[in-house]
Amino acid sequence: MSTPLKFYQVGSFAVGNRLLGDEQLSVQSRSDRTNSLTSGHRACQGCGEALGARYVMDAAMAATDGKVIAVNATGCLEVFSTPYPETSWRLPWMHSLFGNAAPVATGVAFALKAQGRSDIRVVAQGGDGGTVDIGFGPLSGMFERNDDVLYVCYDNEAYMNTGVQRSGATPPAARTNTTHAVGENPGASFTQGKNLPKIAMAHGIPYVATASVSDLHDLEEKVTKAMSMHGARYLHVLVPCPLGWGTKSEETIKLARLATESGLFPIYEAENGVITETKKIRKQVPVDEYLQIQKRFAHLFGPKGNPEIVKAIQAIADRNIAEYELLGERQ
Amino acid sequence: MSKPFAITLNIGSSLANHTGSWRTDRPVYVNRMPPCNNACPAGEDVQGWLYEGESGNYEQSWRNLVRDNPFPAIMGRICYHPCQTACNRADVDEAVGINSVERFLGDQAIDKGWQFVAPIEKSGRRILVVGSGPSGLSAAYHMAMKGHEVVIRESAAEPGGMMRYGIPAYRLPREVLDAEISRLVNIGIRIECNTKVENPESAMKEGFDAVFLAIGAHLGKRAYIPAGDTVRILDAVSVLHMTAEGEPPLLGRRVVVYGGGNTALDAARTAKRLGAYEAIVVYRRTKEKMPAHESELKEALDEGIIMRWLSTIAWVNSGEVTIEKMELDGDGKPQPTGVFESLQADSVILALGQDVDLSIVEGIDGITINDGVIEVNEFLMTGRDGIFAGGDAVPGERTATNAIGHGKHAARAINSWLDGQTFVHAPRPELASFDRLNTWYYSDAPKKVRSKLDAARRAETFAEVVQGLDEATALFEARRCLSCGNCFGCDNCFGVCPDNAVIKLENGKYEINLDYCKGCGICANECPCGAIDMVPERS
Repeated sequence: MSTPLKFYQVGSFAVGNRLLGDEQLSVQSRSDRTNSLTSGHRACQGCGEALGARYVMDAAMAATDGKVIAVNATGCLEVFSTPYPETSWRLPWMHSLFGNAAPVATGVAFALKAQGRSDIRVVAQGGDGGTVDIGFGPLSGMFERNDDVLYVCYDNEAYMNTGVQRSGATPPAARTNTTHAVGENPGASFTQGKNLPKIAMAHGIPYVATASVSDLHDLEEKVTKAMSMHGARYLHVLVPCPLGWGTKSEETIKLARLATESGLFPIYEAENGVITETKKIRKQVPVDEYLQIQKRFAHLFGPKGNPEIVKAIQAIADRNIAEYELLGERQ
Repeated sequence: MSKPFAITLNIGSSLANHTGSWRTDRPVYVNRMPPCNNACPAGEDVQGWLYEGESGNYEQSWRNLVRDNPFPAIMGRICYHPCQTACNRADVDEAVGINSVERFLGDQAIDKGWQFVAPIEKSGRRILVVGSGPSGLSAAYHMAMKGHEVVIRESAAEPGGMMRYGIPAYRLPREVLDAEISRLVNIGIRIECNTKVENPESAMKEGFDAVFLAIGAHLGKRAYIPAGDTVRILDAVSVLHMTAEGEPPLLGRRVVVYGGGNTALDAARTAKRLGAYEAIVVYRRTKEKMPAHESELKEALDEGIIMRWLSTIAWVNSGEVTIEKMELDGDGKPQPTGVFESLQADSVILALGQDVDLSIVEGIDGITINDGVIEVNEFLMTGRDGIFAGGDAVPGERTATNAIGHGKHAARAINSWLDGQTFVHAPRPELASFDRLNTWYYSDAPKKVRSKLDAARRAETFAEVVQGLDEATALFEARRCLSCGNCFGCDNCFGVCPDNAVIKLENGKYEINLDYCKGCGICANECPCGAIDMVPERS
């Protein structure tokens, strides 16, 4: 929740504040939060996905009185959280295949409906590989049928679990193990990309939103809102990956912040296919600031760098800023 | 136990997996020295008392403040707040209005009648303080709080020193001064006014264990100016002193003040209030080089004081002051140009600095004088064992805040000396510099400005010029503190840990769960105030 105390020393931006009343606290600042994804998981140091998944699931649990069933696609999140027989999940959790999290979740939702359990809600989750590539068709079906599932994609922009291979969500020029930084156009190609939030919106489903681990209040607000609605809902969360991006483990949140502040990752929400709100940029930064601290973009900088490509990436950011109206007075 | 098909092990929690063993660096909560505290000549824990103020606990905030400085209502008015100059928030939007919050707390304390609590157990020591200015009163307070019996002897009719006889009432109302001094009397400090100490050595024989000389610098410096006898020449210290005593001198309609310090501006502004329709300050250097504080200059200009920069007084004769234009040479020193100009004047006030009346230490073995002030060691002790000195009478910056700091320092040094020990400063933590902050988390909140009495109206009266903050604005201002280098309970570390390895304790503090902390460093990086360090594990 955005705190109403705008001018406190940490304004609305820190996780909590000792001066806030109980009802004003974010879920993550409560000592009794669920910790849906608890300690002991095997994610790398500074994992953005582990953080994002706890943020999302704790908020979903708080919004439903702890009545959530999670369905997980294959991917880092599944592998690091549940190496049999250990699990870090503290809620009913189910894993089937890489590409079928959405239809399995649909099945769970229908089973609950058949049992008359309208109080229990279903959340499906996966990485960008399982969502924008492998599970894309079934996910589109879930959208098109308007099944009562919130699908959350934790986007770390490549297949990290299997060793950093390019996915449909890998940004242009990024080096991965399948897009090496060689030749005339080093790294991933400058193609259209696959903008899943937009594709979800094109289905006209009740709710689509983007969020990032750098703005907890916004993320919690969106999860809470999504859980208050029925039908197919989609949340796309940017979760930096220190291993795959070649970044310092302590800079995970900073990276997510720079991605949104540069305009490369716009934060917005849409209802029934129409954008209803965008998060304005607070302190705009050039894309260099974001790219320079990532080894996957190292080939763009330095004496052998490629300023033209940086310019092209800046153009993407500028296009986002114009399209989503990311500049201006914050509400 | 029967298990489903292909299942051989019982499901267990990942809590069995102690990921803390991956760690190479561990997060450690630290307290750093906030720049405000670092800059305060009185050694106040500014961040510490603002922290209490932020929750609206003004009494605790005031009590934290007066641990170091017994005069918040006074200092909230006259201090030049080096804390605000050092404040890290200036790099975000504007410095926190520390001084106005201090004044708010001081005024609250007077309103609510909060008092100091002196220790019941007495030390049996007797201390004599000579002079009741800021350094004398501060030393007396700190020693009384240690259980010593303190007697202050003051040659003037009322206590306060320069706070009463140097600072005009429009900057420091006398009822505020009286209220804060009476609080010291209430804890048993005896102030004997109209009592001049001629010889501290013979005073010591009355049974005092130590003496603190806080005699100030009350003699206005004179300069030789060729003058006829139709123009009055006075010194600023006397003008301010006489005005404070209610017997202001007759200055006439046109007054020229000579000098560029705060005292010069005080004298000029006082002259206006005493009926002069023209008050001109003549200063030999430029505005940039002027020692007076910018805020004082602005207030003076608002009241219609005229400044003549780069000018010296050459001579004075029959209602006329002749000034010579100066220009700065390559070294920035003013040099005469031979260009003269006349100003009409009924009186001339010299504000060229102050000297110490050193007669009190004449003939005392061991006490040495250098450059017109008493020499002291790092513990503010003179060359004579047991006789200490501080404030304007010793080398250093001559401000009330500095004097209060001297008083505190002398009190601690005297305590140690009485016990036959040497005072040792607690080691200073590393400075909480701006680059250690993560300012993303602080929202923009410009400073609340104190309103001022209308310039036209104030130039005729001695009513207080700068007004205080009301409670809402004082609270707002306190909450603008960034809490540099010290945890303020924002839950960020607790929230941003991908491994749930931060424990939120009942007392509002946090602890790292080293069983699971992988040492990623996100907590340290995202801590708004820089209160977490990453420290290498021992191999």
